[in-house]
Amino acid sequence: MAIDKTKMAKQFSEAIPHAKALGIWLDDIGQGTAEMGMPYNEKFIGDPATGVIHGGAVFALLDGCCGAAVMSHPDQKGLTATIDLRVDYMRPATPGQNIRAKATCYNVTRNVAFVRAVALDDNDEKPVATAAGAFVTGA
Amino acid sequence: MAAKRPEPVQVIKQRRDAALAALLASIPYIQFLGIEFDRRGDELTAVMPYHEKLVGNPMLPALHGGATAAFLEVAAVIELGWAGLWKSVETGALTPDAIAQGDLIKIPKTIDFSVDYLRSGLPRDAYARARVNRSGRRYASVYVEAWQDNRSRIFAQATGHFLMPDSDS
Repeated sequence: MAIDKTKMAKQFSEAIPHAKALGIWLDDIGQGTAEMGMPYNEKFIGDPATGVIHGGAVFALLDGCCGAAVMSHPDQKGLTATIDLRVDYMRPATPGQNIRAKATCYNVTRNVAFVRAVALDDNDEKPVATAAGAFVTGA
Repeated sequence: MAAKRPEPVQVIKQRRDAALAALLASIPYIQFLGIEFDRRGDELTAVMPYHEKLVGNPMLPALHGGATAAFLEVAAVIELGWAGLWKSVETGALTPDAIAQGDLIKIPKTIDFSVDYLRSGLPRDAYARARVNRSGRRYASVYVEAWQDNRSRIFAQATGHFLMPDSDS
């Protein structure tokens, strides 16, 4: 059962047009956890003076990764939708490097799933961004 | 003493439009998402025409939460950048030539951005307006809301904090 759901989440992520447009790939999916990556692309630049990726692209990666973490949680049935998501931008992502996201769905209630996520570039020590949000369960 | 005669309307419009166009052209991600801006005086409305690549759930279909968030963030950053440019555009301190050079434009950096998803984004054009609620020397607080077919039915709203371009982080 858990394996089917994991497979479903994987296929779903790969079938998302916006994730595809951003080149987002799925690295790993567990029991309420997900890891994704996004390549550096000049089309995603938000500040031409520095070549740093726009916050919106990082937000999309984190949102998708959080959603996948919710769907992979053993207590979650069916699809999900974001209720709210807050992203803190700690530092600019280094131009030219991939951005990776790791999300954990750390609590699921009857109607709401709570998720945290982090975005990293090649530096594992200092996050590029962190996210915290609530998602609908069983949507 | 006679009051200074106002500038011809086409001169001031051309300068405002050139400033806005230069601000938008400087950010590649705005082109990637296909976001446009409608200007009436100093009021901006961001428009994100529907496109298949913005979809997050192809079954419904619904806009991706990340596309909606990026749209809101773009609307907020441009509103803030525009508010910063406005004075120098109006006084004529910023000439169309200088604007075309583009190097005068500095983009505010996002500190944090918090999005509420009120309804699912339909496969329709989306509109957004932002309001700068606080604009200080170091940071600004901006509220932004987005709607689709009905102005009163907001489908997403957000608040964000931005580091002003001239302050050192």
